[in-house]
Amino acid sequence: MSPPLLGVEEEVQSSVSSPSVECISENGMGLKERNYLGLSDCSSVDSSGVSSNLNLATELRLGLPGSQSPERETEFCLLNLGKLDEKPLFPLLPSKDGICSSSQKNVVTGNKRGFSDTMDGFSEVKGYVYTEKSWMFHEAGSDSESPQSVGHGKYPGNSGVNVILSTRSPGVQASVKQDEPANVLQEQPRATNGTSLKQTVISNNTTGAPAAKAQVVGWPPIRPFRTKTLAASSKNNDEVDGKPGPGALFVKVIMDGAPYLRKVDLRTYSTYQELSSALEKMFSCFTLGQCGSHGTAGKEILSESRLKDLLHGSEYVVTYKDKDGDWMLVGDVPWEMFIETCKRLKIMKSSNAIGLAPRAVEKSKANNKKEFGYGC
Amino acid sequence: MQKEMAYSFPDEVLKHVFSFIQSDKDRNAVSLVCKSWYEIERWCRRKVFIGNCYAVSPRMVIRRFPEVRSIELKGKPHFADFNLVPDGWGGYVLQWIAEMAGAYPWLGEIRLKRMVVTDESLELIAKSFKNFKVLVLFSCEGFSTDGLAAIAASCKNLRELDLRESEVDDLSGHWLAQFPETCTSLVSLNISCLGSDEVSFSALERLVDRCPNLRSLQLNRAVTLDKIANILRRAPQLVDFGTGNYAAELQPDVFSNLAGAFSSCKELKSLSGFWDVVPAYLPALYSICPRLTSLNLSYATIQSPDLIKLVSHCPRLQRLLFLIQVLDYVEDSGLEELASSCKDLQELRVFPSDPFGVEPNVSLTEQGLVAVSLGCPKLQSVLYFCRRMSNAALVTIAQNCPNLTRFRLCIIEPKTPDYLTLDPLDAGFGAIVEHCKDLRRLSLSGLLTDHVFEYIGTYGKKLEMLSVAFAGDSDLGLHHVLSGCESLRKLEIRDCPFGDKALLANAAKLETMRSLWMSSCAVSFGACKLLGQKMPKLNVEVIDETEPPDSRPESYPVDKLYIYKSVAGPRFDMPPFVWSMDEAVKILH
Repeated sequence: MSPPLLGVEEEVQSSVSSPSVECISENGMGLKERNYLGLSDCSSVDSSGVSSNLNLATELRLGLPGSQSPERETEFCLLNLGKLDEKPLFPLLPSKDGICSSSQKNVVTGNKRGFSDTMDGFSEVKGYVYTEKSWMFHEAGSDSESPQSVGHGKYPGNSGVNVILSTRSPGVQASVKQDEPANVLQEQPRATNGTSLKQTVISNNTTGAPAAKAQVVGWPPIRPFRTKTLAASSKNNDEVDGKPGPGALFVKVIMDGAPYLRKVDLRTYSTYQELSSALEKMFSCFTLGQCGSHGTAGKEILSESRLKDLLHGSEYVVTYKDKDGDWMLVGDVPWEMFIETCKRLKIMKSSNAIGLAPRAVEKSKANNKKEFGYGC
Repeated sequence: MQKEMAYSFPDEVLKHVFSFIQSDKDRNAVSLVCKSWYEIERWCRRKVFIGNCYAVSPRMVIRRFPEVRSIELKGKPHFADFNLVPDGWGGYVLQWIAEMAGAYPWLGEIRLKRMVVTDESLELIAKSFKNFKVLVLFSCEGFSTDGLAAIAASCKNLRELDLRESEVDDLSGHWLAQFPETCTSLVSLNISCLGSDEVSFSALERLVDRCPNLRSLQLNRAVTLDKIANILRRAPQLVDFGTGNYAAELQPDVFSNLAGAFSSCKELKSLSGFWDVVPAYLPALYSICPRLTSLNLSYATIQSPDLIKLVSHCPRLQRLLFLIQVLDYVEDSGLEELASSCKDLQELRVFPSDPFGVEPNVSLTEQGLVAVSLGCPKLQSVLYFCRRMSNAALVTIAQNCPNLTRFRLCIIEPKTPDYLTLDPLDAGFGAIVEHCKDLRRLSLSGLLTDHVFEYIGTYGKKLEMLSVAFAGDSDLGLHHVLSGCESLRKLEIRDCPFGDKALLANAAKLETMRSLWMSSCAVSFGACKLLGQKMPKLNVEVIDETEPPDSRPESYPVDKLYIYKSVAGPRFDMPPFVWSMDEAVKILH
């Protein structure tokens, strides 16, 4: 396999209005915002990650045989690389100081771009760079959720810039990490990772404590039918095995009046409070009586506190169906016992819940607001 | 085409010729030849396959193909199998059934995968299609035994009812009794997914009794070992059989009864099921082992020695076996045995018995797979879970099995490097794509850099489906794939550092693919919106269960992204946590 032909390009930015080549050396600071079509209005595209002027595709295309994208009239590709295949490559721009480049091919096109600050936003979070046999995480942001492989390499954590040279990988980020205002992955808490990647790092955890190996959602990729079947088998085979069940424990959640049911993994929570918050979030749209106002949804969805008020106003209770098929109010038994017996959850209107175990209802009334979000 | 030619082939002749053309691809090509061929073809197309139910609307399908008899639909993205797609995402079949009920009174076959099927849909099917023959619900959900009862009761000529891996709500066990006594047409019945209480055994026995053409039967767990013999004796013509529970206290009469029942099935070629196996009962199979071409022991928690015994005590087993699915209890030694016996093996799947355990519980490593690759040159399809791998092993496998068309390797711990050298596994997977020129499907795992994607882009010219997790360093990786893999139809990515650049640079490529899934990557909301704006032929959907993506800056990455080509425009059944990036939708809201 021939060595990769690409390398990191220096940051090159083109002027918006003309296709001429210009080099605006900005030391990696505050990349100007451009959108991919070279148009100056870029209200929809504002992050450096999106607007950085790179021409990665052309360079790459030239390196790889047969990797032509289909010809089209209009801007078929949002980096406007349409005519690039025919153009020769000329290194017109001087290398930027402090940036290493392992390739001599600089692509020149109508929209001059460089394969510049390529990975800054991204691989810092999740990528790594090879330096001979060792590698380190290239992390310049405070991204605590980056999935980090157990036991490998070092974790610079919240350290600053790392400039790493590599002669092997084309994916070198040689750009000096800058304090870009809108660096995508630097600031935000990546809420998403909370749901998808619960795996925490064993060493250098941001919380400080060495975390046990938690589970990643959907990994390893095994169909739920198989997991369920094997779980049932092993339960039959070794009842005495006190090992806390691994794997997810999905139960269905129905809400009165909701158009579809949801599933929650009870193992992702350790208290009733956590479950309660999760359910609130999940079903908040239903209590609003509207689903689907997307454009302005950010303004319209109730804040969590308002929602809590609504729910504490005794509209809904959460019940569960236990192993024996009886419907009980949630919150009675210790959490561990609860997840053992809970087969299904149902959020119903308090008026419908009257038939349930009265003792439980009384108890729930007494410990109303503190214990569990959905009081009665 | 000259006019003379057109006149020399009257429509009936062309129709007759076209009736021999079955494959969708060929039919599509036929319809492009000229207008009259398009017309003739569309009137005689009987079978439609729709790989993404949102790519086209029922009305459009009906308008173009008015005489369809068989339809196949797929709904949710593949990663829904691994709980990455939230419930309520979509994939509802009801609207399809409703529209087809009016337009296709002769519809006979419905095959669905990963769709939400309600009892209402099933009842509508039962009511609307007088000639209904085949219902396959693969990995579907949303229905109960009530819906099944409706199907059983109304479909007089039902041939196939296959519920594999679906989630069925247990309400009552007596739906099987709804098959009328006059129903004798069943050829295939798969109820393996049903819970214990949902099958009335006597009704099942009577049903099996009166269906002489029953060829394929997959029982569920509730059917205990002693009952299997009864069923088999009623259906000695079975070709494909899935046992229920295969465990019981060892009793000689039960054993001999079972062995006798199996041996009376002279046509039996394929076995599955085997939940809760008692190894002592495995020898009951010996009489049929020589004929077996397919053996699925992937739910059988038997240890390697028992498996080796099974394989080796059947003298002719080796020659006919094509597919084996086993748990990794089989271990390397079991696989080595397999490799020496089963020279005709074409497909191997090895599932993990303890996927969430931290330490390996069995001795299954890359050696097992290498052994099989060495011993079974006809190997085409591999699904292999293991805990360690090396580039050397992968290179060996690639060189031994150049005919591989599907290769899915799952190294259980994400980002595990080559255990010998600690290198990433780029070179190993590179060898796979380089040597296996017909590779159509590939799933990656282990420690991987952008290099591996460069190999894939360079060599994976026939690759149609690629699954990527915890891999890559930068957008370059994604770009290699999108720009290099000419045949790529489905790409699914999770937890990789791929962002806007490669996606936007290859936006046009997305129009040539069926779909792209990216979750926990680094694609910004702004980029999604841009794609939605600029690419009208694509539906760009952002999934976020925590909060609306526009409540954060546009540079924030989206949680999950699903992009697919569609001629139907944005869909109208999106739940609140799915946002369409289509301009039109935004205006409406």
